[in-house]
Amino acid sequence: MSLKKLDFSILQQCMHCGMCLPSCPTYDTTKRERNSPRGRIALMRAVATDEIPLSQSFADEMSFCLGCLACQSACPAAVDYATLFETSRAEIEATGVSVSAPRRLLRFLTLDLLFTRPRFLRVVGKLLRFYQVSGAENLVRKILPKRLRELERQTPRMAAQFSNDLIDPVESGDGSSKKVALLTGCVQDLVFSQVNRDTADVLLANSCEVHTPSVQPCCGSIHSHNGEPGMARENASRLLDLLPPQDFDAIISNAGGCGSHLRHFSKLLPNEPRAALWDAKVRDVHEFLAEIEVRSPDVAPFEEEKRVTYHDSCHLAHGQKVTLEPRQVIDLIPGIERVDLSESDWCCGSAGVYSLTQPEQSQLLLERKLGHIRATGAEILLTANPGCVLQIQNGMPELKIMNPVSLLAQAYRNESKKL
Amino acid sequence: MIDALTALLGAENVLTAKEDLVPYSFDGTATFRELPVAVVFPRTTEEVARCVKICREHQTPIITRGSGTGLSGGTVPTPGAIVLCLVHMTKIVEIDPANLTLRAEPGAITADIDAAAAEHGLFYPPDPGSMKISTIGGNVAENSGGLRGLKYGVTRDYVMAVTVVLPDGEVATFGNACVKDVAGYSMKDVFIGSEGTLGIITEVLLKLLPRPEARRTMLATFSSMEAAAETVSAIIAARIIPCTLEFLDQMTIRCVEDYTKMGLPTDCAALLLMETDGHPAAVEDEANRMAAIARSHGAMEVMTAADEAESLKLASARRSAFASLARVRPTTILEDVTVPRSHLAEMVTFIAETAAKLELTVGTFGHMGDGNLHPTFLTDERDEEEMKRVHQALDLIVSKTLSLGGTITGEHGVGLAKKMWLRDQLGDASLNLMKKFKETIDPDCLLNPHKIFD
Repeated sequence: MSLKKLDFSILQQCMHCGMCLPSCPTYDTTKRERNSPRGRIALMRAVATDEIPLSQSFADEMSFCLGCLACQSACPAAVDYATLFETSRAEIEATGVSVSAPRRLLRFLTLDLLFTRPRFLRVVGKLLRFYQVSGAENLVRKILPKRLRELERQTPRMAAQFSNDLIDPVESGDGSSKKVALLTGCVQDLVFSQVNRDTADVLLANSCEVHTPSVQPCCGSIHSHNGEPGMARENASRLLDLLPPQDFDAIISNAGGCGSHLRHFSKLLPNEPRAALWDAKVRDVHEFLAEIEVRSPDVAPFEEEKRVTYHDSCHLAHGQKVTLEPRQVIDLIPGIERVDLSESDWCCGSAGVYSLTQPEQSQLLLERKLGHIRATGAEILLTANPGCVLQIQNGMPELKIMNPVSLLAQAYRNESKKL
Repeated sequence: MIDALTALLGAENVLTAKEDLVPYSFDGTATFRELPVAVVFPRTTEEVARCVKICREHQTPIITRGSGTGLSGGTVPTPGAIVLCLVHMTKIVEIDPANLTLRAEPGAITADIDAAAAEHGLFYPPDPGSMKISTIGGNVAENSGGLRGLKYGVTRDYVMAVTVVLPDGEVATFGNACVKDVAGYSMKDVFIGSEGTLGIITEVLLKLLPRPEARRTMLATFSSMEAAAETVSAIIAARIIPCTLEFLDQMTIRCVEDYTKMGLPTDCAALLLMETDGHPAAVEDEANRMAAIARSHGAMEVMTAADEAESLKLASARRSAFASLARVRPTTILEDVTVPRSHLAEMVTFIAETAAKLELTVGTFGHMGDGNLHPTFLTDERDEEEMKRVHQALDLIVSKTLSLGGTITGEHGVGLAKKMWLRDQLGDASLNLMKKFKETIDPDCLLNPHKIFD
């Protein structure tokens, strides 16, 4: 895939009206056009027409872009920025302008090795868990140089049990009327496996038969965002084989970043007949719950009333346009007061591996987000993407952060306690 | 020259790499592109003045730019020019509730100015389509209009004073906070709407109004454009001056609905967005009368926005009309012809007929209350033959506009896009005087050369 081969009308679609500028977190920081959506598209267009070479400077710009897709929500002209952005990153990787030995090794270890082999990923996860709970971590932290120490601290805490330890391959309740597949994700599986359990519980409580294969390939989102469309295609094909879309009423994702990618398999695999059906059946869990008219719990999740606020993950709000449904789900739960968060759909700076590749800008966005969260006075932050949870928790360790689905699951559990 | 600018502003405020310049080679206008030699970001009036002196020494033209949302090519660089970008001068310096004024730097965002005024119960009415990102300096330089022109006028009506860096690098302030002031020529009015060709605006003093207490927004649908136009005439004949009377044709309605998904009726031929504001009792009365007039003039349906949030949604949907139309084809050519209100229906019909005759796709929307139309041709700049027909259509529309006593541009400015028609509208005497003016103030033709006229 390259910018030159791409249908030129996708680039032309941008009429540079500037409506995207106020939505772009990087333009907001620098006020430079090249750091804006229309500026980046102008650069892509210049590369496509040979006006500029595909340079390191172009690669830096594409790395500086968060890929938050807020510009897509702002764009009246319906420019497909996601495709332009992923094509640019793929072309940068293919031409090797930003190649360096450590970067190549890191990409090989993560993209090639870890995120294509789910069993291996879990082994690494278990080892990491051992490292974190055995005390080895404290020892290592004492001897690491400062920069590495900061990086090490960003390593997420591995869960004691992964999704396959918590969820059976097929679970059903009384009178299940819908058959759904549950995608457990990668980070969600290793770090937030309880969110997957909660998702299954909520689905069970709403008359679903839940299919959760114990070993699932990565959805390929991380590969697509980082310029590896080949690996993304391979993962997509494996998912289609594992969970044929014709067998299910819906395919459920509970991570904003994955869901946004999962809906576009037909773009990734244009010759695969099952891909369009797959795209049509993928649902964010909140979207699905709103669609099936989720049952309102009778009991509150906590003893006292709690004030909560909701942060939109970029790829749920802008990538999937799911903004109302999570709020509807939250508002169904008794004993919960939801207050609005200012700039709730402004990126928190997590953006995949952005906090590693662009630490300064990431930190700026994180602080802006934390300021708004503090201003709400909420005791619990609700959000539906593991990347956001890790980023915000890193900045505010004392804050309780939950997925809205987990809050709902907790309320359902309290119902059975009361009975 | 670059060294001198870098010494003045610091390296981070002078861009010269090609990757940095490409995004400054255009503004919000289709098809015009030219690379500048550099982009500079001054942060004070003093720095702007020194930039002008440096450029003058090197006889380098200067294109002043804000957010670059202009719709006539006004901030597209000319060959060899530098772009002087004022987006870092964003301060709202002072709000004076006693004198109802607001002082701001040129890079302040239009919507932020109104929001700052609102904190004091005050109101800055001009609301161009791009108000969320357009800068006040650009608004003044283009004399921008907006949706509320019918009742509240345009940017010019709210400028009390401007501070300007002149082409020789001198700094002058024209106007003051006095409501009455007849000391000499009204020089501020020369700079308002001068499109960056006479001076660089570095501060503005704006007039504010008390914020209207109430507002009511309504949508009326019609099966023909004529019925919508007749409704507008009848409302005005009934001695009601609503703050907004906007219309969208069917093509525009469909594109806006596609973008906003707010449930606009896509099966009607024309949609009228009507808004009245002011004292709650007057608003109530006017809204009822407007709805009745619309119904008696063939409106299929009249809907009223339930609350302020819904009103804002409707207005912002209308503001997205131009860019929404870009969904249909790769290139979007927007016009800005304006005719006396009474000729509006005739003009709208002429546009539709012209497009049909030349086999072109057009979406038309605009300000029905003030006669300002935005016929937007949806085309593809790579198709030379079709582009020829587009230009043919534009020529026909302009001739018709002028024959009806209209103007080639109501609110977007002449820039590059409309200068070939300026002589037709103004005539020799008027155009020559304008040129003499330009030569007197900017003899070296350094500020935004080749814009408005050659």
